[in-house]
Amino acid sequence: MKYFHLIWAALFRRKTRTILTIISIVAAFLLFGMLDAVRTSFDQAGQSANGARRLQTGSKLSFIQTLPQGLGSQIEHVTGVKSVAYANWFGGAYQDPHNQIFSFAVSDNYLDQYPEVEVSEATRKTFDSTQTGIIVGQMLADKYHWKVGDQIPLQSTIFPQRDGSKNWKFDIVGVMHAKDKSAGWYDQVILMHWKYFDEATPYNGGTVGWYVVSVNDANQADKVAKAIDALSANSDHETRTQTEAAASASWMKQLADIGLIVGSIMGAVFFTLLLLTGNTMMQAVRERTSELAVLKTIGFTNRAVLAMVLAESLLLVVIGGLIGIGLAALLIPGVSAGSGGLLNLPTVGLASWLLGIGLMLAIGLVVGMVPAWRAMRLNIVDALAGR
Amino acid sequence: MNFLFNLGLVVVLAILLAAWVVLPWQAVLVLVLVFACWMLFTRRGRQAGSVTMVGVSTLRQRLGSSSVVIIGIAGVVGVLVALLAMGEGYAETLRKTGSADTAIVMRGGSASEVMSVMDRDSVVVVPQAPGIARDAQGKPIASPEIVVAANLPVKGGGPDDEGSVQLRGVSDEAWAVRPNLKIIAGRKFTPGMRELVVGQGAQHQFAGLEPGHEITLGNQVWTVVGVFASNDALDSEIWGDADTVASTYRRGSSRASVTVKLTSPQAYDAFKTALASDPRLKVDTDTTVDYFSKQSEGMSKVMRIMGITVGAIMAIGAIFGALNTMFAAVATRAREIATLRAIGFRGVPVVVAIMLETMLLALIGGLLGGLIAWLIFNGYTASTMAAGTVGQLTFAFKVSPELLWQGLKWALAIGFVGGLFPAVRAARLPVTTALREL
Repeated sequence: MKYFHLIWAALFRRKTRTILTIISIVAAFLLFGMLDAVRTSFDQAGQSANGARRLQTGSKLSFIQTLPQGLGSQIEHVTGVKSVAYANWFGGAYQDPHNQIFSFAVSDNYLDQYPEVEVSEATRKTFDSTQTGIIVGQMLADKYHWKVGDQIPLQSTIFPQRDGSKNWKFDIVGVMHAKDKSAGWYDQVILMHWKYFDEATPYNGGTVGWYVVSVNDANQADKVAKAIDALSANSDHETRTQTEAAASASWMKQLADIGLIVGSIMGAVFFTLLLLTGNTMMQAVRERTSELAVLKTIGFTNRAVLAMVLAESLLLVVIGGLIGIGLAALLIPGVSAGSGGLLNLPTVGLASWLLGIGLMLAIGLVVGMVPAWRAMRLNIVDALAGR
Repeated sequence: MNFLFNLGLVVVLAILLAAWVVLPWQAVLVLVLVFACWMLFTRRGRQAGSVTMVGVSTLRQRLGSSSVVIIGIAGVVGVLVALLAMGEGYAETLRKTGSADTAIVMRGGSASEVMSVMDRDSVVVVPQAPGIARDAQGKPIASPEIVVAANLPVKGGGPDDEGSVQLRGVSDEAWAVRPNLKIIAGRKFTPGMRELVVGQGAQHQFAGLEPGHEITLGNQVWTVVGVFASNDALDSEIWGDADTVASTYRRGSSRASVTVKLTSPQAYDAFKTALASDPRLKVDTDTTVDYFSKQSEGMSKVMRIMGITVGAIMAIGAIFGALNTMFAAVATRAREIATLRAIGFRGVPVVVAIMLETMLLALIGGLLGGLIAWLIFNGYTASTMAAGTVGQLTFAFKVSPELLWQGLKWALAIGFVGGLFPAVRAARLPVTTALREL
């Protein structure tokens, strides 16, 4: 540590070069921070303690196939099941049929299954007593400037009402807000009463899209899931039950192999960065040959010189890297807000920071290795003579 | 003063870059020609040429640092082109699906086929509209179809790893409205049997879709009897007999859509008007080419934005890498450049020479990056959950000449910026100071 000043001085010996290199490193780690946030947001979906306690039961045939409502009471009697809620896809669109909004018709106890979604007691009360009431996600309310008490038209792209019209009218009774990032997409969801929905459209006929089952013990989840599927085995409505975490993971995987995309981009970026920083360090050591020889002459050991050059390259990468990831952490909320709900990125988490710092150290070491080795092997006489 | 000069340079640069991005290739060609004439026919130009030759001939001695510029820019261009090729391939697959002389009719207000339900009466009425082509027997070529999702095990996944595929129930006319669709293995399904033909994309994606194999949909066993190829979005689907699919999925006699073959693209307007004015129907009509292009809009925009954002951040990194290298190159050649200026070479040839050298490196980098992207990613297949469908859509990356050109433009822009500042510094450094340096 006592040589820190010396290393610092060596690093900023050529200010322009060091600063230019640092900016390149900042750009690389900025990209890393942002892409890693995208990756984690995909990975995290449904991965929470609450998610592990919830099972989703849907039709085995496909996710668009519905299940009979009577199945719910059968599921309730399965050992290990705490409570059962259900929901149906409404297929709502606002203003334009292509502007689709996640909207579900849900049972009265649906929100009880999601303790991480914050809804005030008063809102729940009004919701229960308003037939055409809906609860909207915070982000949707902000985006469309909806207020509690507004009546909004929603088009269902799937279900017409009894008179054949697909324009539904709903009253906003409250706003919900996700307390936990893993439930973040409830900020962009509209919930309505399943009972009202089922009565108002002739097409549903008392069916349910999927059941949300919470279990007493997360460790028993797989056993309970099997028991639930056994209820309807060999019937015309066989079910498939998964934990919420497994279900979201399989959805995300179908959407895109984000891990692979992020991995290959970062591979290309860091490969380029290695060369770039490596080149800077080589230049730095080459032009300091005589200074290093002087250091050795006044008694610095070979090992000390090796360590100092390594420390210099580590310092270079770490400074750039920390600024880069820090910048990413600052920019991400802005990107999420700017995308209008399209992207909902978590801020740079501890895991990303650690991974980033690990990468910085690795890159710093790899990059510093050759110049440091060369500095260590430097022959004083040759170096001073300029040979 | 110096600061103001640099600030002015940055502003000019920003304007130039903005203009460069929208410049069509013809204009670029003209620019190159004008520049070549200047190089050949003016005194300054010839001076610039000879200084450039000196710089380029010493490139070999600076191989290490020059390759940093090349590889840095190759990285940017490679990633940019690959990401844009992904969006392009996706949009292209959906754009190719459908044609101007086939129309798709769905229930009004349905965003996509899978959300549409048309009752038996509508399905019977639609083919009576004018403008529909007729087959040899004089029957209108109209194909009522049902679209549902099926869960199938993913190829190479675990036992519980299921993906969703779009299952289309069709009748004989489905082949007539899509003449580009060919059976490449096995045979067509027999109506009334639980038999399936699968698209080659779906076959690639899901396990067990080989002719002769049996798969379970729900609690029923279906036999795969053939494979078809259409080289568009339909490749990701599996097809069965409409009535059999409808009974499996308890859809009764309803259908999702009716696709019709029109006598000509011009007949579309009359066809649409006829359906719209029919009081028995509440339907939306679109040509199939429009329908599929609309489905791809949102997703390809997202992919494009992602590509450009990642590319821009990488480009910033690469610009500073190039700046670094070129500042170093100018510094090592400071005395040589000062000598040139002392014997009468003006500033402009020096600036041009250094810029040309950087742009040359950038050009090599851009070509290299484009080549790598083309070699690895052209035709690379990926799949995603497409908007408006309920199955995975398999598509191939498409590294088109336009994308390569765009990548090259980025590379040259990076080289331009990376070379400009070092060049200006070299030209503005007082000759005496430079000669005394080193």
